[in-house]
Amino acid sequence: MVPVFAYIVLSAVLFAIGVTGVLVKRSALVIFMSIELMLNAVNLALAAFSRQHAGPEGQVFVFFVMAVAAAEAAAGLAIIIAVFRRKGSTDVTDVHLMRW
Amino acid sequence: MTGVLSLETVLFAGAAAGAVISALLVIWQRNPVVSALFLVANLGCVAVLFLTLGGEFLAAVQVIIYAGAIMVLFLFVIMLLNPEAQRRRFAAGPAVLGLTFALGLLFIAALWRAVAAMSSGAPALPEVPSGFGSAGSLGRLLFTGYLYPVEVTGVLLLVSMVGAVVLARRGT
Repeated sequence: MVPVFAYIVLSAVLFAIGVTGVLVKRSALVIFMSIELMLNAVNLALAAFSRQHAGPEGQVFVFFVMAVAAAEAAAGLAIIIAVFRRKGSTDVTDVHLMRW
Repeated sequence: MTGVLSLETVLFAGAAAGAVISALLVIWQRNPVVSALFLVANLGCVAVLFLTLGGEFLAAVQVIIYAGAIMVLFLFVIMLLNPEAQRRRFAAGPAVLGLTFALGLLFIAALWRAVAAMSSGAPALPEVPSGFGSAGSLGRLLFTGYLYPVEVTGVLLLVSMVGAVVLARRGT
């Protein structure tokens, strides 16, 4: 019987990997994928707590997180495409007009 | 042979290792296409973890929607933009990388301590009601108590779709 504690620690590890990806990667697409990693980690934690309390509310929350992730993926990728059309690359270090 | 190696433990260990390794490989790659494929592997491992937690409907939705629709959208955009493989793997020097790694370990350790203190008293998981994690039990909640969030999510998806079409349009 795997304790819920193990699932939460695994969720923390995946979340930390996702945050690292957002902070240190160059390509806007890979940064977006790291955001999806973070959302997945949170889904895992929600499902684990849903199992711990034997109630379906956590899984309903996961369902909504997935729906919001889909909406965000569509809009975010459209933004990346629009920026690519201006700059010619997906490198986030090229988008520096507002840096001091 | 009875012992600690139940099927659930083996599945959890395998899927957890797969999830962590594929997540690390997502951010390690230079080529975005390989990163996307490793993310699909990670989503598959998380789907297996949903199954061990009794969420069959969530595992199915994860594979169908997340791995089957969102990641396909990602791959379409990567194919459309055709980014070349990055010459430099990270956008930061080794100092920032080390700091990020240390902060990540700190976060994991803090959460470990918090959850360990919380769950030390109740080791056994409660019995789940029959039909736990099935589409019926979620549907029953979604169409009664959570009907308003469902409708709002529908509007959100519509808004996102319109926004994506407007943003990705060429020209004006």
